[in-house]
Amino acid sequence: MDRRKFIKAGLFTSSAIALGNYTNIYPYLASSLSSNYDLVAIKGGEPEAMFDKAIASLGGMKNFVKKNQKVVIKPNIGWDVKPELAANTNPKLVARIIKHCFDAGAKDVYVFDHTCDNWNRCYTNSGIEKAVKDAGGTIVSGESESYYHQVDVKKGKRLTSSKVHELILESDVFINVPILKHHGGGRITVGMKNLMGVVWDRRYWHQNDLHQCIADFATFKKPDLNIVDAYLVMKKNGPRGVSQDDVLTMKSQIISTDIVAADAAAAKLFGIDLADVPYINYADELKVGRKDLNKLNINRIIL
Amino acid sequence: MNVTVLKKLRVALSLLFFLLTLSLFLDYRNILPPSIYSKILFLQFIPSFIKFISVIGIGAAGFIVILLLTLFSGRVYCSSICPLGTFQDIVSFLERKLKKKKGKKEFLQYEKEKNWWRYSFLALAVIPFLGGTILFINLLDPYSSFGKISSHLFRPLLIAFNNSIAFLFEKMNLYIIYPFEYKGVEVFSFSLALVIFLVIVYLSFTKGRLYCNMVCPVGTLLGFVSKFAFVKIAVDERNCKSCGICERVCKSSCIDTKTKTVDFDRCVACFNCFDVCPSDGMKFEYGFLSSFKKNQQNIEETKVSEQEEKVSHSKRNFLFNTFVYAVGLTGITLSQVKITPKTKSKVAVFRKNPVTPPGSQSRNNFAQNCTACHLCVSVCPTQVLQPAYLEYGLLGMFQPRMDFQTGFCNFECKLCGDVCPTSAISPISLETKKLKQLGKAKFVRDNCIVNTENTDCGACSEHCPTKAVNMVPYKNKLVIPEVKEEFCIGCGACEFACPTKPYKAIYVEGNPKHLTAKINKEKKLEQKVDYKEEFPF
Repeated sequence: MDRRKFIKAGLFTSSAIALGNYTNIYPYLASSLSSNYDLVAIKGGEPEAMFDKAIASLGGMKNFVKKNQKVVIKPNIGWDVKPELAANTNPKLVARIIKHCFDAGAKDVYVFDHTCDNWNRCYTNSGIEKAVKDAGGTIVSGESESYYHQVDVKKGKRLTSSKVHELILESDVFINVPILKHHGGGRITVGMKNLMGVVWDRRYWHQNDLHQCIADFATFKKPDLNIVDAYLVMKKNGPRGVSQDDVLTMKSQIISTDIVAADAAAAKLFGIDLADVPYINYADELKVGRKDLNKLNINRIIL
Repeated sequence: MNVTVLKKLRVALSLLFFLLTLSLFLDYRNILPPSIYSKILFLQFIPSFIKFISVIGIGAAGFIVILLLTLFSGRVYCSSICPLGTFQDIVSFLERKLKKKKGKKEFLQYEKEKNWWRYSFLALAVIPFLGGTILFINLLDPYSSFGKISSHLFRPLLIAFNNSIAFLFEKMNLYIIYPFEYKGVEVFSFSLALVIFLVIVYLSFTKGRLYCNMVCPVGTLLGFVSKFAFVKIAVDERNCKSCGICERVCKSSCIDTKTKTVDFDRCVACFNCFDVCPSDGMKFEYGFLSSFKKNQQNIEETKVSEQEEKVSHSKRNFLFNTFVYAVGLTGITLSQVKITPKTKSKVAVFRKNPVTPPGSQSRNNFAQNCTACHLCVSVCPTQVLQPAYLEYGLLGMFQPRMDFQTGFCNFECKLCGDVCPTSAISPISLETKKLKQLGKAKFVRDNCIVNTENTDCGACSEHCPTKAVNMVPYKNKLVIPEVKEEFCIGCGACEFACPTKPYKAIYVEGNPKHLTAKINKEKKLEQKVDYKEEFPF
């Protein structure tokens, strides 16, 4: 090998080491180094304070968001109602998560939902649009079919394909931020049910066994992090709610990388028997995650 | 006074009114504050007149202002306020530019008045209206025609432009401009708008403002009034050299240089003649009867015609009802609407009564007062308001209806009532609106997924803002919808969300007369939470 070839090869190798992104190859290594918890449950504080504590016990946001990554956050912004009615995710929590993402070095943080009510009004009146903008994030429309792209749901039993928002498909990190609520058809809505807001055609799910479709879609895309907002919890008349009389101040939060575990814990917190929420059981059968909380390493924090 | 200023003033004023009015229809992002609508549209003649005869008040006096203005200085409405008039001027302007480029020299010239046409169209608008049918006014009112053109041609064009920009931005991963999901293309309203557009463009391309002096009933009516205008434009016979330049620029073709006369009835006060006259040959004449000294008896006629316009409401109601029943017997008004057209759900569902927007009070009130300008269709954020085809019958064609295929009425919104320039949709408070029952939800169990597929669904109940649709226990641990009609406001969220095809398992049956729903008041949750208690897992 002459000198020139040696220098070339050396440059190539060193640049490959410098520029390559190897965190994806060793994700377990990265997270297992700093945290042993499968799930963190916390209560008794304000949304921001609870999140700060809970994410710290999982090794901090830097465990999930690497430098220059593109992050998408999917809160529930489904309804044109005020934050007090607890139909949408707490805007303060969303803002705090965005801040943690940027602190961890995220390049862009996008937030969207495919809303049920008119999306502009939902974004405004939920307080989430303002919270996102103030925190430096980018709020994106979920109300245009052109943003959704056809994907196969290979492990799905009833749902075998779906049109999914491009931010979910293109982002490096996907953070799911549902609010825990009562739900007419789904019994409760938490993490997996919240993913209905990343697809275009929801009617198909309702037509073809809602619970199975919810579990099926979770096989396609598991969020990197699930943060369940249970600060204000709508105990009845969900998911839209009629008045503030439906809302209980529970001051709780659940965080997990396992969406099934997060939903199962949320169900217990809500006070509903797991057997009464079919999609959690279906998802467990499909090995999306684990519903048996006894087998998980849970960090319980009471502030 | 330097009279050439008048033309500049007219151009500025007309562009101002035109752009303001157009922006109301193009505001697909709902940026403009709702309160601005009534201010901008205050002077629109027909909407204001329609509003006046049902709710007499200062807010509805715009047409009186126009009548007085016409009585003072002629058809200022036509020259500056009417958006369709200015639209024609814009077309003529472009046409002149185009001809100049090609070097062609074709000018306008004096033409005889087309009284047969004019009065036939006026009669077509007025006589059925006295009989209670607003359809022909809807077809002929220049403001409403402009509204239809803006809603169905200009607005989609702007949205298409927006969406192509958004598409380009999206490719660069920028989400600053987002696409607008345009849902409703109502073929008949689109076609009507296109026909009106083509007629207007053709006429203004070749004949200036012929539309205003041949078809437009407002033009004809105001023309009649302007015969008595205090200030009139006339030819100054001493200064006029009969060069004919004014005749060539006269949009209404109403200056005859041979006889040195101006047919002020048709003049749309554009002041082009003053602007071009090289010899000070145009002048103002003062006095209400200045051009009328010969035949006095015409005045009597006007009085009669004004009386005709101020017909009382109750008489109109009576006439309307008789007319509707007469036509109704022939079956035209009772067309029934199928909800969706494919296969699967078995029970065919027909709506007996279409659903009218909140604030419209009743189907009758709406039918009588809506001039189908489609402003509400343009501003409706959920696009649930769509022009009717035959849902209201033949006579209610193009009047907007609640179309629960394209959307549902947003619980927190009352924009349609805020913007409506007539009294078809009255402005109501949000509290009132939230209890205004436009119709009642009807559940068709045999079409429901829960019943036919034995799986959970709940889409209807999920969307219901008052929980008039509630999920109750059903077999195999399933839950099925139950409707409590007294809480239902007929917003159509349940019908929109219902996934069954072709027939919906839940739909809204319209209330011919809007009612008030009960408040769904439940027990408040006990706020007893022990934040120190251990987690239940």
